[in-house]
Amino acid sequence: MKIIVCIKQVPASTEVEIDPITGNLIRDGRNAKMNPYDLYAIETALRIKEFNGAHVATISMGPPSALAVLNESLWMGCDDATIMTDRKFGGADVVATSYTLAEGIKLIGSADLIICGKQTTDGDTAQVGPEIAENLKIPHLSYVDKIIEIKEKSIVVQVDMDSTEEVWEIDYPCLITVNKGIFTPRLPSYKRGKLFKDYEIRQIHFSDMKDQNEAHYGLKGSPTQVERMFPPIKNTDKEIWEDTDKNLALKLSKKLKEMKVV
Amino acid sequence: MAKKGIIVVNKSNVKQELIADYVKSCPFKAIVAKDGAVDVDQSACKICRICAKKYADVFTFQEIEEEKINKDEWVGITVFIEHDGKKIHPVSLELIGKSKELAKVTGHPVYALLFSDDEKKFTDTLLSYGVDKVYSYEHKLLDHFNVEYYVELMADFVSKVKPSTILYGGTSIGRSFAPRVAARLKTGLTADCTILDMKKNTDLVQNRPAFGGNIMAGIICENTRPQMATVRYKIFKMPEKVKPFGVVEKMSCKDIKFKTNMKLVEVKEKPKQIDISEADTIVCIGKPFKTKEQIQMAQEFADLLGAQLACTRPIVEAGAMPAIRQIGLSGRTVSPKLLICLGISGAVQFTAGMKGSEVVFAINNDENAAIFDFVHYGLVGDVFTILPELIKNLKGEKDV
Repeated sequence: MKIIVCIKQVPASTEVEIDPITGNLIRDGRNAKMNPYDLYAIETALRIKEFNGAHVATISMGPPSALAVLNESLWMGCDDATIMTDRKFGGADVVATSYTLAEGIKLIGSADLIICGKQTTDGDTAQVGPEIAENLKIPHLSYVDKIIEIKEKSIVVQVDMDSTEEVWEIDYPCLITVNKGIFTPRLPSYKRGKLFKDYEIRQIHFSDMKDQNEAHYGLKGSPTQVERMFPPIKNTDKEIWEDTDKNLALKLSKKLKEMKVV
Repeated sequence: MAKKGIIVVNKSNVKQELIADYVKSCPFKAIVAKDGAVDVDQSACKICRICAKKYADVFTFQEIEEEKINKDEWVGITVFIEHDGKKIHPVSLELIGKSKELAKVTGHPVYALLFSDDEKKFTDTLLSYGVDKVYSYEHKLLDHFNVEYYVELMADFVSKVKPSTILYGGTSIGRSFAPRVAARLKTGLTADCTILDMKKNTDLVQNRPAFGGNIMAGIICENTRPQMATVRYKIFKMPEKVKPFGVVEKMSCKDIKFKTNMKLVEVKEKPKQIDISEADTIVCIGKPFKTKEQIQMAQEFADLLGAQLACTRPIVEAGAMPAIRQIGLSGRTVSPKLLICLGISGAVQFTAGMKGSEVVFAINNDENAAIFDFVHYGLVGDVFTILPELIKNLKGEKDV
């Protein structure tokens, strides 16, 4: 069995503010890390590997710095890693990202199961997984919170719906996105890391792609554009109370009583 | 005007002494300096154009030419109707209400798109909310959501009706189904919009919190149709019923490929959980609440008010409270009569989920905290000093 896990490097801090004077974006992006939801995807793959000896590969699209998260995945226990990096892939929205990743997955070849995290912490869309599945013309299930049975030709999983839990049997090849908490992710192992000392992560560039139409990738392949950015709309009809903490407590309890909440 | 393009560097105007400033001017670290040359990392660049404003001689925005679509050929705002086989999900009705507002700008009709095993269960309700037309696909296999069937049906619908806009509820179903449609049709989809606006030229402005932080992004899909968005439950108001005037149009399932590689085995009811989105009074705690004692204190306060205790994302991530009690974009949207925020900074991620609240109080020791932009009463003070006092006072009131 062959499993591919899609992972992404995200900013460690996603705090963005607008400078009230210049109106410019202030971004604290000192560090980058693996998208935390992807740790659960990797762990799910590694549990399946422990069960049936599956081969687990990770793939990521991003700048060369994303090699760090791919290395982390190898140190956690994955067998192989691929980075898709090219200026022509840059500026991609969900449609272009998922198309590029799907084409990359085809290049790696013969995946039975693709696992993604539920969403990323920087984009927060939860769309890339389902869109990869559509591009590969395979079925998918989002929000999987339990692996029930791993069969030879299919997998039985539990899906967290809004008010119910559904159990589905889904044939390979297929894609699942997994919820936080499906398993507790392991830490990367230094000992295992040493095994990969001379390992070279495979790089896929635009020139390696089967589809050489630039209009399908990156900014050109992205139907959505950010038109403007703005601070959230504020409520101007308000009272601000400044006093000693004791008086504030008194004032609030009076107000709550007045409102007949207590 | 948002045009598609990239930032290019005019190398001849680069001033060596300013290179460090160029690099610093980019909030996304997309401007990189190497061996005395400046370059834009296109994979990091968000086309915010700050560099182009600040150093116009060096950085310019270069438009990318594209084939233009004919927007007049795409007409109608469509709401995908979600149901559980018995009842329509209220988010679908909220979206019908919003669509009718948006349609006033362009004069487009509002459609409800229904996939079901028995349309009669739903069509009267849909018409009573004032849709112009219900497009109905009826088939015995459509008694339950199957993403593979649904994508085939949607592709069929879009090819026949050519709607300008399609809206989906941001539910488990909508968030799994809509992206597949986007990939199939190679069109844009914006997740979890909190504000929708329509332009006269039929472009839908899809506003949502961006980069997980304190900023909103207005996103458009200028050159593809249909343009699509998901919206969470309770972001928009439930519309009033009207005297029905619309019609039902039956769509043929004859050409639909009902082929699937997945099988529903079982549907289990979740154990009855509290639902903070239905609560009238909510006390919500933020990041400063770390210890069991602190959370217990907030719980005691909530109990005194007969309120549900809720929290922000960091509390859930720390494992201190369950995800079902989280307010925010990645948690629940709430609209209680009274919301009291304790030690909450007010990131967009949170405020997107509480804007519908009737009266909002907040206690925070930072007078500049963003939360104070969303309150009716803001208390500037230390929450851990005020809270015990408050509990004492309220208990005293009860004794009297």
